[in-house]
Amino acid sequence: MLHKSAVIIALSLITLISFLLAIRLGSISMTFSDIIASFSQQDGLHHQLIFELRLPRALAAFVCGGMLALAGVLMQALLRNPLADPYILGVSGGAASGALLAIMTGAGVLLVQVSAFFGALLSIVLVFALAHGSSSWTSNRLLLTGVVLAAGWNACISFLLTISQSEQVHGMLFWLMGDLSQTRLAGWEILFLLFITTASFVMARPLNIISRGELRASALGVNTRQLRLLLFFTASLLTAVAISLAGSIGFIGLMAPHILRLLMGADHRALIPASVLLGGSLLILADTLARTVLAPTQLPVGILTAILGVPTFLYLLYRKNA
Amino acid sequence: MSWLSCKNLTVSIGDTLVCQDLNLELKQQQCWALLGKNGSGKTTLIHTLAGLRPAQQGSIHCQQQALSLYSAKQRAQKLGVLFQHESDHFPTTVLEYTLIGRHPHLDWLQWESQQDIDIAEKVLQQVDLLALKHRDINTLSGGEHRRMNIACLLTQNPDIALLDEPGNHLDLQHQVETLSLIRQQYENRVLLMSAHDINLAARFCTHALLLFGEGESMQGPVPEVLTTTNLQRLYGIPIEKIETQDRVFFYPQ
Repeated sequence: MLHKSAVIIALSLITLISFLLAIRLGSISMTFSDIIASFSQQDGLHHQLIFELRLPRALAAFVCGGMLALAGVLMQALLRNPLADPYILGVSGGAASGALLAIMTGAGVLLVQVSAFFGALLSIVLVFALAHGSSSWTSNRLLLTGVVLAAGWNACISFLLTISQSEQVHGMLFWLMGDLSQTRLAGWEILFLLFITTASFVMARPLNIISRGELRASALGVNTRQLRLLLFFTASLLTAVAISLAGSIGFIGLMAPHILRLLMGADHRALIPASVLLGGSLLILADTLARTVLAPTQLPVGILTAILGVPTFLYLLYRKNA
Repeated sequence: MSWLSCKNLTVSIGDTLVCQDLNLELKQQQCWALLGKNGSGKTTLIHTLAGLRPAQQGSIHCQQQALSLYSAKQRAQKLGVLFQHESDHFPTTVLEYTLIGRHPHLDWLQWESQQDIDIAEKVLQQVDLLALKHRDINTLSGGEHRRMNIACLLTQNPDIALLDEPGNHLDLQHQVETLSLIRQQYENRVLLMSAHDINLAARFCTHALLLFGEGESMQGPVPEVLTTTNLQRLYGIPIEKIETQDRVFFYPQ
């Protein structure tokens, strides 16, 4: 396995490079000297392009990707299941139903976001109430409740797609695949990600233990009930925020943590910051490709995360087993 | 003074009554064997005594204070469990795994120090795993995995250790060496181990608790409790014994 600090340093560099690429590439390509020059020319085209379009979009991509990857880490620790992703408990289904309803009524971007967020919250509360029931929470019960609810949401989504006007369906499909072209950060999202990352990092030692099993953790002095509730709500909330910003972008939450576990093991002290960096930079790169590869047509970024992520993941998996 | 005791303890799981009105006192320097058929509830009783699942009735005390009054962390400093099965999905190294035993001894913001690593490495050395400390735990054999779990418990170093079939998966050499190591480290503390190997139990334990099923049990010093009559009743097959100069061996007829 690779050294943890080496991986984190490499990921910081990759993050920096992906920001630079996202700023450089597009309908008007810039050289690095253009970028440097734009800092002093406040009214130039390049300045406008960087500070009003490309940098905010790259930042939004980083924050969404980071949130999804972190939510993936927490959800996998909570469910002790390497197949868990941030959407496994149905949060994305609720958000999608909310978003599609809003799109159907012809609502603007902001209303779609708000509607998606409340859809996600509804789903979180439903899973919690149903899985909690009268008896104790087991991972399997939580997982099954979430998966069944997700199936129900899927039916809602199909229904909404079927009864919608064809000109709206295009926008809906973009939302479902994940799309950053409409996303603008208000600013608090960055602080939110920073706060949750720090808080999870502080909890890294109990996280390491609870991912080894609930009884084990309990016998080692972890208050498992409290920690699992905290994990459930934190991961769900991160997912809800990310998804209401950019739609249900797939793969990042499942793959970023896995790629890192394959590279450097499952110690959450390294896994948490590394996942945020990898998830964030992966989404910046995917989004940059999404808006340049078939320019002027913009693709939904979800397609690109899969195209980038699947081979990377398979390569690492194969190399590991070879 | 008893370090771990229960009064009128009734435990059941599913339709099985594990014990009824059980009174038990585990005192310093004692090592208890917990014997019973498959499904008699040995694991359930261990989990109950460790405070990991509620009893139907009765109270459990740990060093004169009710076990339920301890915080999870305090309890983990007093009382440790070796689980029968542990499955792991996430890759980690042997040393990292063993270090989680230090968790109850660290403050919540504290990370493992060199001192903690030294403790873990010393224990890994004792269970003959130090050479594998950087190995991914998913590549270990069953016996190596078992010894790593034991190392984790010894790193936790609780006053009272409850072991669920500690000899599982261990070859003859490691069975004897590892159990001797635990026994020696717990000479002045309290041990309880469930087992299927009567001879291993007779060799290492001072006392025994037999679970006959349907809530019936019997307890006492090993020479009094481990008799062919009791064991025949326990396992339901004819059992013979051989006595040598200093030890007794039981075997099925």
